[in-house]
Amino acid sequence: MPSGTLRIIVCIKQVPKAQELQVDPKTQTLKRVGVPSEINPPDANALELALQIKDRQPAEIVVVSMGPTSFDESLERAVAMGADRAFLLTDRILGGSDTVPTAYALSETIRKIGGYDLILCGEETTDASTGHVGPGIAGHLDFPQITYISEIKIVDGKVRARRTAEDGTEWWETAMPCLLTVNFGCTKPRDPTLLGKIRVKRGGVIVHWSCADVGIDPNKVGLKNSPTIVAKVDTVHLPARARKVFQGEPREAVAQLLDALIEDGVVAL
Amino acid sequence: MTDAAHVVEDKSHFQGVWVFLEQRKGSLRDVSVQLIGEGRRIADKRRTTLTGVLQGHHVEAIARGAMGYGLDRVIIVDNPVLEIYRSRPYTNVMAHLIRKHKPEIVLFGASKNGRDLGGRLHAVLETGLAADCVKFDLDNEANLDMIRPSFGGKSLAHILCKRHRPQMASARRNVFLPPPHDATRTGEIVHETVELSAKDVDVELLEFTEFVREGGLRPEEAEIVVSGGYGLADAKNFVMLQELADLLRAAVTASRKAVDSGWMPKEFQVGQTGMTVRPKAYFAIGISGAVQHLAGMQESEKIIAINMDPKAAIFEIADYGIVGDLFKVVPELIRQLRERKEMKPQAAAVPAVAPS
Amino acid sequence: MAERFDAIVVGAGPAGSAAALALAREKVSTLLVERGRAAGVKNMFGGRIYAWPLFDLIPGWEKDCPVERFVTREHMVFLSGEASLALEFESPHLASGKAASFTALRPKFDEWLAKKAEAAGATLITGIRVDELLRDGGRVHGIVAGPDRVEADLVILAEGAMAPLAQQAGLAPDLTPAAVSVGVKETIEVPAPVLQERLGLGDRDGAAFVYAGDVSGGARGGGFLYTNKASVSLGLVVSSEDVSRKKLAVPEIMERFRMHPSVQRLIKGGKVLEYSAHLVPELGLGMRARYVANGVLVVGDAAGFLINNGYTFRGVDLAIASGMAAARAAVGARTHGDYSARGLSLYERHLRELNVLTDMETFRAAPGYLKNERLFTLYPRLLLEIAEKVYTVDGSGKPKLSEIVFEEAKGKAPLLKLLRDVIDGARSM
Repeated sequence: MPSGTLRIIVCIKQVPKAQELQVDPKTQTLKRVGVPSEINPPDANALELALQIKDRQPAEIVVVSMGPTSFDESLERAVAMGADRAFLLTDRILGGSDTVPTAYALSETIRKIGGYDLILCGEETTDASTGHVGPGIAGHLDFPQITYISEIKIVDGKVRARRTAEDGTEWWETAMPCLLTVNFGCTKPRDPTLLGKIRVKRGGVIVHWSCADVGIDPNKVGLKNSPTIVAKVDTVHLPARARKVFQGEPREAVAQLLDALIEDGVVAL
Repeated sequence: MTDAAHVVEDKSHFQGVWVFLEQRKGSLRDVSVQLIGEGRRIADKRRTTLTGVLQGHHVEAIARGAMGYGLDRVIIVDNPVLEIYRSRPYTNVMAHLIRKHKPEIVLFGASKNGRDLGGRLHAVLETGLAADCVKFDLDNEANLDMIRPSFGGKSLAHILCKRHRPQMASARRNVFLPPPHDATRTGEIVHETVELSAKDVDVELLEFTEFVREGGLRPEEAEIVVSGGYGLADAKNFVMLQELADLLRAAVTASRKAVDSGWMPKEFQVGQTGMTVRPKAYFAIGISGAVQHLAGMQESEKIIAINMDPKAAIFEIADYGIVGDLFKVVPELIRQLRERKEMKPQAAAVPAVAPS
Repeated sequence: MAERFDAIVVGAGPAGSAAALALAREKVSTLLVERGRAAGVKNMFGGRIYAWPLFDLIPGWEKDCPVERFVTREHMVFLSGEASLALEFESPHLASGKAASFTALRPKFDEWLAKKAEAAGATLITGIRVDELLRDGGRVHGIVAGPDRVEADLVILAEGAMAPLAQQAGLAPDLTPAAVSVGVKETIEVPAPVLQERLGLGDRDGAAFVYAGDVSGGARGGGFLYTNKASVSLGLVVSSEDVSRKKLAVPEIMERFRMHPSVQRLIKGGKVLEYSAHLVPELGLGMRARYVANGVLVVGDAAGFLINNGYTFRGVDLAIASGMAAARAAVGARTHGDYSARGLSLYERHLRELNVLTDMETFRAAPGYLKNERLFTLYPRLLLEIAEKVYTVDGSGKPKLSEIVFEEAKGKAPLLKLLRDVIDGARSM
């Protein structure tokens, strides 16, 4: 790798497409087979930020994921969008891992790839929504971390990131290597390109690793070694709704709506 | 936690409920206050003590104030390095304290910093962390039952951390009610020192720009919320919603699609990846009712939907609805509200909602 | 990252995939680019494929080709009001040897053919739209897709009826309403045993129906029905000129057609699985200006290679054959290193050898002939009125057949015109 080439690792997960979340009634877990999938949207935002860095300066983008081989679909898409290589950590013993083993396993995978400057993760996944894995990886690797960022600049070999806090915008600076988590919706991920797809077709851009390949301790991953479990799942008991639709012209309908709201004590004049 | 040989430490060694107290610009975040209230309830059920952990610089006054919400003890770690939140030093301090004192349960507010911290810390400690809990319980083995929405808000999952300790959980703001404040309440204040070095200052804050409040109530301050979705079609149409909100003494929020389209800033987004609101009344205007949006408002007392599409999912969970063009209905609503207000002999002042 | 291929084929429909397959076999490095997320998802046809070109292109094709049913029975049906008059032709030879034709579902068939091209060595890329041709002083030397350019000696345009790139390259006249028909089709679910029962078919046999007359609400056009394994393809092709001139609503015409008793009898109770519409270029050879230029060949629908001669609709077979012809021309051009229009000029000869051009020339007058409105309104109606009279035995005294004919035709169809139409028809069809 010529010096001056920024080495960026982007962690991605493949998730069921947002509108398609379906629960398997038997196992009470998310149906993943036979449901259309996509790159977890915040991860796609992270990949897009990485690609924008690559648009501006020499960079190599390596995409990393952990999951079943069906995740190849998303890794192929990531390469077709412009990532250079992809690694999938795939191994049956990883099944049922919660965020602790996941952060550990991904950290070890990243260590094995080696030579990175910047690690980007989406802020959270649309299926599990914990937001734990990115910071967890930073903890394992003992990296500086900046979460919830929307913009990245590389200035004099350092990373500057714009973070969204509850009460305002912060600009942070840190040295590399470091880890950033990226806000959902901060960019518009680009489409895969023809040359990207040809690269994927030619093969050799996606590598599968097992836990043994990476040197991951089997006693630290999988359902058995996950601190948390889902003991049970309840359906949400939502208040019953009146579902009263007011008909007629706006004037008429609005009048009835206001009458009802005032009577309910919801609106006071 | 695990030891060097990665054997999980016996949970009987762990005792006490802790709350991570997040301070910002000299005061305690409201979510931390809310969690003190909930932590108190859990500690009482477990017949144990409730401790707040406060990191910062010159934060003694905050600690004393926090005590009044129901803490038995506050552990303060005072260090200039900790003046503002940074992931590594805060994580290292928490890890050190937890390894030393071995609390059974640690609660975090799921603010940006809270999630930043919890995510890093739980990996370092190798223990369980349940995010965005909406309820807590104890199971019959005295494990903390951490209940959170899953699958886009359609279900509630019960998370248990049976073997590992501490059991950690986060909750978003306004999920729990704030406890009353008793200024006379006293407790123990413990100062702890943790070895921190220059290496811990691994990120530098270059600048901070506060969000300008355009005027208008913030969602958490209002009993009524007027929310705009993709049907609004343009940023300028939110002015109309603000007009309606002002008449109702309501706050304006937006759906994810409206935020993605750039019509409203992200911090006004309601939904699974935004905020959760539970107002007395929620007006969903031009909002289709996607599952991720519902997750952020479905527990509102009254839901009023205005949408062009009679088949929009929002009507399924609405108490009242009008099928029609919002660009006709909303101005009509504004007009009639004004008219009715003018007709009232005396507009009585409604006491403002006390911010929690 | 630059990429280069000997040939780029735009569109993985039957024409494109056939070209790519034939090219790949000849060790021509070929990129086959399809804008749909898979081959065939954007394609529509009546429902039947004449198999003859497959025998040369893919020996042993029958083994794994996704055939719905082999057509063993042909029908021609005239409709008027609620009545119908049908001709039925059945012969064991229909499904045998090179005369075989079969019904198919495009996503499956196109996918199969594209995968054959890929297996032969073509690089198949889906989900990418080609935006422009790379041109350099009148010579095409590659394509542009999004931010990417790919160079090639030859670009084969198999992009379908709209042919945007062919238009860009000045190889196609703009489509006018007169040149284009609108094809609409419904795939209606009818379980295989029910279908077989209603039509008396075996489980591999199929039937094809062509409808004329009151099908198209007064617009020139015809209807068709093809039996798939467990569904039926029912549709219409109507002149888009008539549709706009007479202000007709195509969905309504389709509805009336579907409700005709002779159609209902076959599809009753069936659920509509899919509805699609497509443009069909109809003017035959008159429409296409050129299909050879420097560095470019046009194949399939994009070149207007379709035949509608009133009793058969052919498109897919001609598309495949034209793809094969293009590949032959490309290989010839490669030997001389000359991809100019001259170097590619053998394309036309290969089209003739494969009977694409020959058949199109034979039926060149058909589109013109089929513009005769009387064919779609007056004559079918007459036929049915005659048939009605012939088959009505109600005790009121029966005239001879010839008397019936003259009686019905008198005043409605002047004899000379009628004769003329019959002769013209025989000549053009």
